[in-house]
Amino acid sequence: MARIAAILAFMLALAGMAQAEERSSLWPDIPKASGTPHPEGNEYWRKQHMELMKHDRDETMYEGDRQVQASLKACFDCHAVEDETGTPVTYASDKHFCRVCHDYAAVKVDCFMCHRSTPDGVDEGSAHARLMSEPEGETGVKSLSAYLMGKAPKAAMRTNSQAETGE
Amino acid sequence: MTFRMPDDTRQPPAQRAVNRAEMTRRDLLRSGAAVATATLAPGVTLMAFGGSPAEAAGAADAGKRWGLLIDVSKCQDGCTDCITACSEENGWHDTGHPETDAQWIRKVTLKNSATGHTAEMPVMCQHCESPPCVDVCPTGASFKRKDGIVLVDKHICIGCRYCMMACPFKARSFVHEPTVNQKSHAPRGQGTVESCTLCVHRVDKGGTPACVEACAKAGHEAIIFGDLKDPESAISKRLAGYPSVALRPDLDLNPGVRYSNLG
Repeated sequence: MARIAAILAFMLALAGMAQAEERSSLWPDIPKASGTPHPEGNEYWRKQHMELMKHDRDETMYEGDRQVQASLKACFDCHAVEDETGTPVTYASDKHFCRVCHDYAAVKVDCFMCHRSTPDGVDEGSAHARLMSEPEGETGVKSLSAYLMGKAPKAAMRTNSQAETGE
Repeated sequence: MTFRMPDDTRQPPAQRAVNRAEMTRRDLLRSGAAVATATLAPGVTLMAFGGSPAEAAGAADAGKRWGLLIDVSKCQDGCTDCITACSEENGWHDTGHPETDAQWIRKVTLKNSATGHTAEMPVMCQHCESPPCVDVCPTGASFKRKDGIVLVDKHICIGCRYCMMACPFKARSFVHEPTVNQKSHAPRGQGTVESCTLCVHRVDKGGTPACVEACAKAGHEAIIFGDLKDPESAISKRLAGYPSVALRPDLDLNPGVRYSNLG
């Protein structure tokens, strides 16, 4: 009896793990930032970043306040993701901080048609310019497929674990 | 997936310490979202609303009007240091389309047909008091800041180019090509209009425009930058003491850029 209960508990635990795996497998892997965390917390910034940036943009452009917190330049002080060579990646890379979530949410970002997507001094290269000039649909399909391709190994793992627990 | 992050732990701006999620509407209205805090002693914190360093430096102050005075007699033939400096500072450059490439500042050669005397001078946005570009803009993207600097809000610009047609100085350019490697302080993008910003990002921090700096560095000092409303500023004293003209004075636009020894 105890043995059956133990097996049952084990199977339940496995199923629970599989469920957790399934739920998180498509979630974006948000790159860690350097610097001091936002006092408002990440959840607040994930939801409000556009409002904060738009508010501070007007403060800068119309009022001349150059000390604002929420600017793309300030974002990349802490949120510049580097590639294997230690160079910050541009928006052309699916590892770019903004793209990680925006690809997941299938929301196209057009900030970088005018703004640079890296800290100053980094050469953004022609790949970035091409990406920005592509028709919207094409870019969307590419970023979505890149996102799903990046997730493919994890998705395969999930299928395997489901198959095991199903037996 | 792992990401390598920069090793340097940069010091965040002082304002980072402010939790904007907990700021009240009143705080925001009073401060313009800028709150400076200073720890005087353990447990004693001084909070100052509405007193950001930018404001102390006089950013976008309605009591000022920024302008340039260009001494045409000091502008050297063939020298393009102001143009190069502007291009490097603001990240605009040739794309191989000379007819449409952006020009925030250009050298214009004037020839007196009666005497044959020629003179060169730089022409950029004249930062008019009554800017025709602002008058005609259908979206409100073209605007004049309270300190007299005329800018384009590219978030609102639809690229219709009415302002380019309205400007008597041909000071504005339309960006035809996709842009890359912009400066973080000078975003510019395909489908929007742009022009000289009087290096507003420098002026807001108490600096001078890049062209003025480059001209002085070359030893010509043909361009003076300053506050036209301050009678004690170098530019006001020079304007009061010596003759100068506005380009196209017939249009009565009262530009912030003036020329001396012209013709």
